[in-house]
Amino acid sequence: MTRRGALLFVLFVAALLAVPLVADRYVVSVLTTVLWFAYVGQAWNVMMGFSGLLSLGHALYVGLGAYVSAALFVHFGIGPWLGLWAAMAVAVAAGAFIGFLGFRFGVRGVHFALLTIAFAEVARIAFDHLAWTGGSGGFFIPVDAAGGDDLLNLRGSPTLFYYVALGLTLGALALARVLLHSRLGYRWLAVREDAEAAEAVGVNLFAARMWAVMVSAALTAVGGVFQAFYFNTLFPEQVFAMGRSIEIILPAIVGGIGTLFGPILGAFILTPLGEGLTHAIALTGVDVPGLKLLFYGTALVVIVVFLPDGVWPWLAARLRLTRRPGEDDPS
Amino acid sequence: MPLDVYLNIVASGLLTGLVYGLAALGLSVIFGVVRVVNFAHGEMMVAGMYGAVLLFAAFGLDPVLSAPLVAAVLFAFGYALQRGLVNRFVERPEHMQFILLLGVATILLNALLMIFGPDSRGVHVDYAFDAVEIGPLMLDAVRVHAGIGAVVVAAALFAFFRYSRTGKAIRACADNPLGARVVGLNLDGLYAFTFGIGAAVVGIAGTLMTLIVEVRPQAAPEYTLLSFIIVIVGGLGSLPGALLGGVLIGVTEALAGFLLVPSMKTLVSYAVLILILLLRPQGLLGRRS
Amino acid sequence: MTALLEVEGLSKRFRGLKAVSDVGFAVPQGAIVALIGPNGAGKTTTFNLIAGVFPPDEGSVRLQGRSIAGLKPHRVCAAGIGRTFQIVKPFGNLTVEENVVVGALARESAVEPARRLARAVLARLGLADQASRPARSLTLPDRKRLEVARALATRPTLLLLDEVLAGLRPTEVDRMVEVLRDLNRSEGLTILMIEHVMRAVMALSDHVVVLDHGEKIAEGKPDAIAADPRVIRSYLGTEAL
Repeated sequence: MTRRGALLFVLFVAALLAVPLVADRYVVSVLTTVLWFAYVGQAWNVMMGFSGLLSLGHALYVGLGAYVSAALFVHFGIGPWLGLWAAMAVAVAAGAFIGFLGFRFGVRGVHFALLTIAFAEVARIAFDHLAWTGGSGGFFIPVDAAGGDDLLNLRGSPTLFYYVALGLTLGALALARVLLHSRLGYRWLAVREDAEAAEAVGVNLFAARMWAVMVSAALTAVGGVFQAFYFNTLFPEQVFAMGRSIEIILPAIVGGIGTLFGPILGAFILTPLGEGLTHAIALTGVDVPGLKLLFYGTALVVIVVFLPDGVWPWLAARLRLTRRPGEDDPS
Repeated sequence: MPLDVYLNIVASGLLTGLVYGLAALGLSVIFGVVRVVNFAHGEMMVAGMYGAVLLFAAFGLDPVLSAPLVAAVLFAFGYALQRGLVNRFVERPEHMQFILLLGVATILLNALLMIFGPDSRGVHVDYAFDAVEIGPLMLDAVRVHAGIGAVVVAAALFAFFRYSRTGKAIRACADNPLGARVVGLNLDGLYAFTFGIGAAVVGIAGTLMTLIVEVRPQAAPEYTLLSFIIVIVGGLGSLPGALLGGVLIGVTEALAGFLLVPSMKTLVSYAVLILILLLRPQGLLGRRS
Repeated sequence: MTALLEVEGLSKRFRGLKAVSDVGFAVPQGAIVALIGPNGAGKTTTFNLIAGVFPPDEGSVRLQGRSIAGLKPHRVCAAGIGRTFQIVKPFGNLTVEENVVVGALARESAVEPARRLARAVLARLGLADQASRPARSLTLPDRKRLEVARALATRPTLLLLDEVLAGLRPTEVDRMVEVLRDLNRSEGLTILMIEHVMRAVMALSDHVVVLDHGEKIAEGKPDAIAADPRVIRSYLGTEAL
């Protein structure tokens, strides 16, 4: 990163820290959504961007994280910070299972993507019928109206959730950066670029891919825990929906697959645009279902046609934030 | 007589499965030649369904008769889509093609939603409640019409690829794109033609489908996934495999809907898919690469 | 003394077609051995069998007396064999240095020492000034050099080179020959190379193995091989000796 890039990054973080002091509830809630997508997009990026594994079923890990932590809280009174570990463990187990089946049996590319969709769909239908977590009727975390901010149980004001989301996003960014510059990170990139050549220089393909799925699943599950305690309601139809998986991957694609800042930038572009569009539609007074998604679809097509590497590499080169196009950090 | 009951369920699942198979055939044709997975397949199918619904509402046209009209429109759409957009992605990485067509699917789905609204619509032909009796079987007349229509179109498609000049040229492209270019075939044109054929076929499957079920835009992604499952179960790139996969999934769904809770029936298709991916990743009739 | 690499009775069929049949040869420690033969003779298949891309149907491959037949490629690499690919396979979106760092990480667990090793290898192959360029932007000769650099960074005891000279201009061939000879002489690196450029085979190799139609038809000193009528016959019409 150039000095200019570093300076801008510090300013950016400072501005995000200050937001709740100056902005109203609405802005804080929109930015919480932005940060959540940035976080989950980063988690997805570990699989697709770093390791070249296309997952179109990441709603599975969000949903497992959400349901596991919510169930532990509701049924046993176990708080989210403890439930988090169980949530991660379950998501990692699911990811490892899918990965094991896929990689052992040589399921690749489109087939692998389909396997991920299939498992998310299976989970959706299964949770629809799982009475322990409310089935298709939904699962609810009780809201304590009287209570103040309680970080320990993740109960409280939008500002509390905003800062937690900010912490998650920055934490994921830092973790992704560390991973990318580790031995494992180099191996992931090698596998993404050319699996056969990677194997020839000593990379255990199976292990590298399994690590990618498991790390990604664990991180994504944490996003699910946040979602459960932020919204307090879970419906399998929404949580595990294929549309949800698509929403998760959009920020990283728009921002730039495989880049560290891509998912963050993508989330900052897409969510506010969607919000603005919702308002614009509301102002005109006509209720047109689908217009917002029509816009998302168009944005997606325009991006892949004109900026196939995403907005971040293009922007970074324009503003001279990094030393060469597409590069996040030439250490 | 439980055996009769099962026979009837299997037979009606088979007829529905033939229509599923026809839809999957369209996907298989596109993938087999252009090497692009059409993520907007279900949306094209639903567009075909709305074509049939509109033609029925306006002129009382039977879906079987509106099929050629719908096919022509979807052919033009598929041709233009390949020419204008997909063609420049043919050499790009798989995930980029996926994302492009995901965008196209989202646009189509929501355009349909804006035009037709979220409510179900149907075609109510006058033989809707008739039954056809064959031995112990009592089959819905609409299902029989749809099944026969699917078989006829599939047969026409096989004949086209086997005997016509264009069909042979397309097969040459699928086998060896470079070689096809070397002998002077116009690859871009043939790709667009193929995408058009695939779209037309799934459009016809859509019109036939309106005989069996009502249509709503939100069902489109399910049809996309269903077509994927069928193609992979039958074997990517194998045309007979797509039909066989369709029948298998149709029958499995029908049995599952009868034996389990109806809402669980898709679970069974996914179970079949996962089993196939694990035990025979090349599909029932696919060749191992 | 046993040879570094011993191949015995190696056979592989693809869909019933014999690609390699009963091939055996040895590569002594510190030697440069060339594997030659017309196109389709089974040279690259032999390489892939040694490197673990697929297991042999029959036969044994031993490195320093230890059997490595049927091991996965990354295990073969760990055992001490580095390889290049006939059709070069750079990690296109990574920099030249990052490409080689991946190789170096085969033996180093920390990134910093791997980076130091990578820089040393790049300097040795004359790629130091290209280190921060993306690998996809390299010219073909540089890509070939990168292939060798990446394999060398895994610190192999045996280097398998699959036509690293093909497609290079004569001056570039001489440069690469010089580098390989130097690696062999100063570091005692053992090399097994598939090569079509006969001038380089003659200049570099101590021993030549000739394959044709999947079978070994001759082996010996380069001069003797060049004069062998069977070898000349197998090449006739396909390659000028």
